[in-house]
Amino acid sequence: MRIAPAITERIAKFVLMMSCATAVLALIFVIGFVLAGGLMHLSWAFLTEPILDMGRAGGILPAIVGTLLMVFVAVGIAAPLGVASAIYLSEYTIEGWVTQAIRFGINCLAGVPSIIFGLFGFILFVVLLGFGWSILSGGLSLAAMILPTIIRTAEEALRSVPSQYRDVAASLGASRWQVVTKSVLPYALPGILTGIILGIGRSIEETAVVIFTAGSAVQMPKSLFDSARTMSVHFYILAREGVSNQNAYATAAVLICTILIINILAYTIMHQMMRGKRAV
Amino acid sequence: MDRAAASAKIEVAGLTVRFGPTVALQHVSLQVLRNEILAIIGPANSGKSSLLLALNRMVDRVPGVSVEGRILLDGTDIASIPDVQELRRRVGMVFALPIPLPMSIRDNILFGPQLIRRLRKAEADRLIESSLRAAFLWDEVKDRLEDSALRLSGGQQQRLCIARTLAVEPEVILFDEPCSGLDPISTAKVEEALLVLKRERTLVLVTNNTKQAARVGDRTAFLLMGELIEVDRTDKIFTNPSHRRTEDYVTGRFG
Repeated sequence: MRIAPAITERIAKFVLMMSCATAVLALIFVIGFVLAGGLMHLSWAFLTEPILDMGRAGGILPAIVGTLLMVFVAVGIAAPLGVASAIYLSEYTIEGWVTQAIRFGINCLAGVPSIIFGLFGFILFVVLLGFGWSILSGGLSLAAMILPTIIRTAEEALRSVPSQYRDVAASLGASRWQVVTKSVLPYALPGILTGIILGIGRSIEETAVVIFTAGSAVQMPKSLFDSARTMSVHFYILAREGVSNQNAYATAAVLICTILIINILAYTIMHQMMRGKRAV
Repeated sequence: MDRAAASAKIEVAGLTVRFGPTVALQHVSLQVLRNEILAIIGPANSGKSSLLLALNRMVDRVPGVSVEGRILLDGTDIASIPDVQELRRRVGMVFALPIPLPMSIRDNILFGPQLIRRLRKAEADRLIESSLRAAFLWDEVKDRLEDSALRLSGGQQQRLCIARTLAVEPEVILFDEPCSGLDPISTAKVEEALLVLKRERTLVLVTNNTKQAARVGDRTAFLLMGELIEVDRTDKIFTNPSHRRTEDYVTGRFG
């Protein structure tokens, strides 16, 4: 027996709408739960004071600084490297088994658990290269972790630019580099930036890699060679070891707000860069 | 050197183009004369577009391509021009579908010239006006040069693409079925532009529309399955061709 299309249409619409509603509600619930538990313990002092008594008292300024520095190192290295790799793969190579093997490898790396990158970073940066437990080691390890994601999203963004734009630019006398910079990159930029934002998010939330490579010092870091903890690590230790539940929630609230601010900043920068480049 | 060779802008000798194992063009030799419109006709897969793409080495961008034979531009082998960008500035190209870049009309026109150097405002304005006038588009867009090129109609977009190619000041322009997506009125405007353009430039026009070849071509070449069947004055091709297959094609008996 066939069900009338009008009925399947209604069922489909209902199921799709409920799925979407469930997803959105789950998100709102998670974020609301954390903010509700954390915001009331937030204060200016919490943001600006050093960590005292292993997190039972004081604020989380060193963790905020540690987070920002480590993410800055990670993205500062992974973003240019990843975007350059993606440009090379998408614009400068001929599709063949070599590029397919590289792409396969990148996809595998993107799926490797972060703890593996932590172990890798510990062996290479902390021990072999002698950077010790430090922001530098942590940032480099995080860079290795987010690099595959950045390459993959950037390459997809580049490939989604219509090939005719490249043909037109080449026919007007553009060199390959000019084709990339003038007629491909401007249109791939939003996609590339999405990959970078994903990378920022993953770096901020990461705990395993950071504990392995940057340690968990509570002091304010004075250089990139100092050990530091990120907000995620701080939250993990506070909650896991039952140090202070209320400070743990407050840290989580700051973490969520930080991610929100970074996203807003990134999109604002993107809009500024796109203005004039592209009249839509 | 006979007179025809002396006035040849482009001379193609024994050109064979392969894409991997597929032969797209088989030992084609012909000349494009200065200030003429050479129309190239032939059914699908006859190698028309491959021939066109070989003339400014755009074909080099296709993976797995191999090109044999010689193409002389003003007597110089284009394979020996070290800077392929310079060749493409001298031999410009307009594609089948209008492909305005997603930027303003103004920026579309300036795209090519600004690859080489920054233009002063006055110089840029002059170039934009002269290019758009030559493409018969100036009057329609002069008040909205900052508008997105994507908002133009299909016919206007194609004329914008012609203007954009003109702005690079090429000596030769290759047209790859420039009217295939256009209505008859837009087509007439493009053809009008072609007839004016040939006074100062040499044009090669690939077209699926044999009537268009008859209307604007000074000479016409007929390609079939990658081979050049014949090339001659357009009136001769259409009234008294030397080959049966040409006659069959232009009279619409096949293709």
